[in-house]
Amino acid sequence: MVTPQTPPATGLTFDLRSDSVRELNRRLHGPEATGRIQVINPDGRHAIAVGVDADCEVEIDGHVGYYCAGMNQRAAIRVRGNCGVGVAENMMSGTVVVEGSASQAAGATARGGLLVIHGDASARCGISLKGADIVVRGSVGHMSAFMAQRGCLVVCGDAGEALGDSLYEARLYVRGTVAGLGADCVPKEMREEHVAQLRALLAAADLDADPSEFTRYGSARQLYNFNVDNVGVY
Amino acid sequence: MCGIAGLYTKTDTLRSQLGFHLAAMLRQLSDRGPDSAGVAFYRDPAPEGWCKISMHSAAAEPGWDDLADALAVRFGDASLTGVRATHATFVVAGDAGEVDAWLRAERPHLTLMSAGQTIEIYKEAGLPADFVARFDLAAIEGSHALGHTRMATESRVTTEHSHPFSTGLDLCLVHNGSLSNHNRLRRALRKEGIHFQTDNDSEVAAGYLTWRMAQGATLEQALEGCLDDLDGFYTFAVGTADGFAVLRDPIACKPAVMAETDEWVAMASEYRAIAVLPGAEDAVSWEPVPGHVYSWGTALVA
Repeated sequence: MVTPQTPPATGLTFDLRSDSVRELNRRLHGPEATGRIQVINPDGRHAIAVGVDADCEVEIDGHVGYYCAGMNQRAAIRVRGNCGVGVAENMMSGTVVVEGSASQAAGATARGGLLVIHGDASARCGISLKGADIVVRGSVGHMSAFMAQRGCLVVCGDAGEALGDSLYEARLYVRGTVAGLGADCVPKEMREEHVAQLRALLAAADLDADPSEFTRYGSARQLYNFNVDNVGVY
Repeated sequence: MCGIAGLYTKTDTLRSQLGFHLAAMLRQLSDRGPDSAGVAFYRDPAPEGWCKISMHSAAAEPGWDDLADALAVRFGDASLTGVRATHATFVVAGDAGEVDAWLRAERPHLTLMSAGQTIEIYKEAGLPADFVARFDLAAIEGSHALGHTRMATESRVTTEHSHPFSTGLDLCLVHNGSLSNHNRLRRALRKEGIHFQTDNDSEVAAGYLTWRMAQGATLEQALEGCLDDLDGFYTFAVGTADGFAVLRDPIACKPAVMAETDEWVAMASEYRAIAVLPGAEDAVSWEPVPGHVYSWGTALVA
């Protein structure tokens, strides 16, 4: 499950029409970052709940702007709305769930944790992914997983042009159609280990989809110097 | 970086509050473009056979009444319909093209900002919040409007370099992005008879649309032509007598978000500019797909 066991609620609520984002983030970086924290009236503001490093839940009620939940560590952050550019950018661990759609570069460079997007993600979703997992219930835009190095991008809908361009060792699973594959990105066989991995990711994202309907895409390893001795690194 | 806002109203209540809401959107986009701001409003059509023009003068005493008298003498009838800060609007009993030619010959120190039946353009250097107050935008009613906040990247910060740029009768363009082939394109368009006021790249995009439509292209065809002929990054919003159209370059470096309710359709560079509209939290909102022309009203019929 995405949401960890609900810790005792602290009742901490931030109304961003009266509390500043700077104040919210400052307190999320301190000892008050525990239990369930509510953020209301985000009104598309940028950099909400950035840099959290705590075992807490943050629930944001509404649409957010750029870089929400960036650099997240350990926290479970849920956005009850849409996200602007760069949600969960460089996430290290924890979970970020977007109930609406996400704009460009969702999960860019993320190193760990799970990003779940219930709507669509637009261009460059998972660009330069470095180990996190991204599960998109809808479709993703062009240049998704560009230069993605490690981790998984799961797309239950369709993918836009140039999927996985210049891909390293990230794994891409797409259920729908792919408008076009980027350089060095090729379809690959779904072996048992991949079906198991995909099933686990879909379960973690709380999505009911059949892993057998997906195609795996990966790197043809022609564009970069792949050394089999390093396979364990990925 | 720049900020773009567009608002199309569907109800009389919203029409009476158009300027108020557009002003709120521009304030939200201030830190995307603190150098200058501008708007195009569509309102109060000129009578049949007349045209409406927006003029700018930096002079302390621009002599708007004298201009109205001179226009009346030349074209039979004309009147000054409004003065906002450094700008004034007139209706003239004549053809917009002839009025434009007369102004360039007889009043070269004045700048024609827009011409058509319904369009009014106001723009000025300075902080968007100051612009909004100085031009009393909140009091302006109308059917739809576009706005722009500019962060200049490649040409000067002046009134003339601000957006929107007129692209023909009742047409205007606002742009977020930068074009890299604008010098060569400007030279080519000048040979085709297109007039430019500045060295600004966005004005070239406006001139390109004017030229394509003068060649017989529809607005949709002219915008699709941008995908082939313009090199650079752009989110465009084009205002027309009936609505507005939006286009993003295929790579989509520049943001755009759209939203719609029963009362309005809005587009903006960022959602926070839409969040200030009534009922925004319940609006259907989405990100326009790159390389695809979107339009409202009967924008593409004209």
